[in-house]
Amino acid sequence: METITDTDKTVRVDLDESSVRDLNQFLHHDLAASGVKHIEVLNPNGRHNIAVGVDAPVSVDIRGHAGYFIGGMNKQARITVHGNVGWSVGENIMSGSIRVKGNASECAGASGHGGLVVIEGDASSRCGISMKGCDIVVGGSVGHMSAFMAQLGTLVVCGDADAGLGDSLYEAVIYVRGTIKGLGADAREEPMGEEDYARVAALLDKAGFDHDPKAFKRVASARTLYHWNADHHQEY
Amino acid sequence: MSKPTDKPVYIEPNYTYGDATLHYIQQAAEHGLYEIRGLGAKRRVPTFDDLTFLTASASRYPLEGYREKCETKTVLGTRFAKKPIELGIPITIAGMSFGALTAQAKDALGRAAGELGTSTTTGDGGMTPEERRSSKTLVYQCLPSRYGFNPDDLRQADAIELVVGQGAKPGGGGMLLGQKISPRVAGMRTLPEGIDQRSACRHPDWTGSDDLAIKLSELRELTDWQLPVYVKIGATRVKNDVKLAVAAGADVVVVDGMQGGTAATQQVFIEHAGIPTLAALRQAVEALEEIDKVGEVQLIISGGIRSGADVAKALAMGADAVSIGQAAMMALGCNARHYHMNGRLVDATDDYAAIGTAPGYCHHCHTGLCPVGIATQTPELEKRLDVDWGARRVKNYLQTLTMELTTLARACGKSNVHNLEREDLAALTIEAAAMAKIPLAGTDWIPGHNGY
Repeated sequence: METITDTDKTVRVDLDESSVRDLNQFLHHDLAASGVKHIEVLNPNGRHNIAVGVDAPVSVDIRGHAGYFIGGMNKQARITVHGNVGWSVGENIMSGSIRVKGNASECAGASGHGGLVVIEGDASSRCGISMKGCDIVVGGSVGHMSAFMAQLGTLVVCGDADAGLGDSLYEAVIYVRGTIKGLGADAREEPMGEEDYARVAALLDKAGFDHDPKAFKRVASARTLYHWNADHHQEY
Repeated sequence: MSKPTDKPVYIEPNYTYGDATLHYIQQAAEHGLYEIRGLGAKRRVPTFDDLTFLTASASRYPLEGYREKCETKTVLGTRFAKKPIELGIPITIAGMSFGALTAQAKDALGRAAGELGTSTTTGDGGMTPEERRSSKTLVYQCLPSRYGFNPDDLRQADAIELVVGQGAKPGGGGMLLGQKISPRVAGMRTLPEGIDQRSACRHPDWTGSDDLAIKLSELRELTDWQLPVYVKIGATRVKNDVKLAVAAGADVVVVDGMQGGTAATQQVFIEHAGIPTLAALRQAVEALEEIDKVGEVQLIISGGIRSGADVAKALAMGADAVSIGQAAMMALGCNARHYHMNGRLVDATDDYAAIGTAPGYCHHCHTGLCPVGIATQTPELEKRLDVDWGARRVKNYLQTLTMELTTLARACGKSNVHNLEREDLAALTIEAAAMAKIPLAGTDWIPGHNGY
């Protein structure tokens, strides 16, 4: 890609000059042989699908606001967005990390299987929906129905959580420092134990937040929906 | 106590409260719950059986039925994908999950499809290494649940099918009851073992057709625009949904009619939602015609395709290919009286009876107690499907469908099955004429057209 400039093993891609497709193809195919460890993406200007499907231990800095699905299905890479993002940042993340310096729109970290998603600002509704093992740390507050049907992993909210938190939770666990406007079906607040404090402390440390783990509440599944109408004697 | 009488007895039938209705009311009264079951709609609806071919005569000449070539090759994904898939026959195997089916059943389907040069499809449980190995052309589904979904499997797929809905339950998510959540199934789905699992009905990361367009772009970006991207919809508002799928960038649209199957869904949903495959197909074709995308976007129809005649009629109405699920299971031995073990047939009638059914009537996919070892996760039952035997039967079945398809095509004078056309068909019932918009046989009447 002629618009990529290589400076001391940092590659800069200006999305006003190159397409998202050029960038992603470079990340998928040319990165490994190039020896480049750091990619800087300029002028994202709300474009979607930036740096999706990366599978390499590199750093990607996106300088500005970006659109939907940033860092989708990421493996290994450390992606930082220096701005806000649209829907579903880090959807289906497998490993590595994605950090958003600003706010995130809906469904941040949706269905993430592993790795870490950090939103330094607020995240909108359905943050952590369907998550399957990733960790998400939100510096601010989360919108309604966050961690809806979340299966595994941890959602740490340093601010407040809106209504319907943890609706239909499976084995994921939510920690909230501020107020919880309302819990969803089958979600319940549980006492914090030593393991919880350690888990929150470790994630706050990884995410770079300096809060007292003792200030967090734990929300987990009451597991009353695990068995289909178990009270009704249906002979399955 | 009254005495017997010599008067003739007349027991008046009750069409409002017949046997099935009485049974339903009594079950509901006993359990306080709706019924969950497998397979698709059983109610009588207009089908491809209500159409017939106007084969060649003096006005058109036929091709020789055995010797003249009749092409069945089918190419899907020509719109945007760099690598469209090329199939030997226009009959594909529909998505059925590992979890709903055994790994062995998936293996048998993959092998049979491979021999005929066609594709199989994963399901709501991710891709197993067995099916990737056995299936030459494998379509990887992206479903609302995203169980086991990962970029490595995505990259080793031959096509991607984003599932918006399915015909058995358009607007609903899947179910897999606890007894089928074995350790392996639980692991692949990131769920605790033995829970009754209800899949999401909406995707976690997009809502609405504008978002869908971005989602499809993401999947294409992830796979470098190599793979065809299908969008599968359950047949309800078909015209709108097909147009939206095309607008969102689908290479292929899959429309699943109300007879389409499922491993487990509420009976009320299976029987009372969606429109018949026949009607759905006509609406889908009209949608593509209205936006001038016929030929550019391929159309796959599914939901109760059983025979080579069904395939031929679907193609004549405008489908590029069909997809079969339940019929493929039945070829494997679903609802058969016997299963095949250690080189001999074993009668399973007692096992059907033990779960309150009989061969030919079973829909117990949801219980995992499949008497013939296809829709189960119980190791003892799994042994009842001999993979080699099953693969051979599915291959035979696909081969039969293809022979029937080409027989009808040749009789219509077509050297390529994709040249079958609406003009080759007539309808046998008024309902079918109206739904398929094919003239009633012996007339030029399509209800609702030409002013009457």
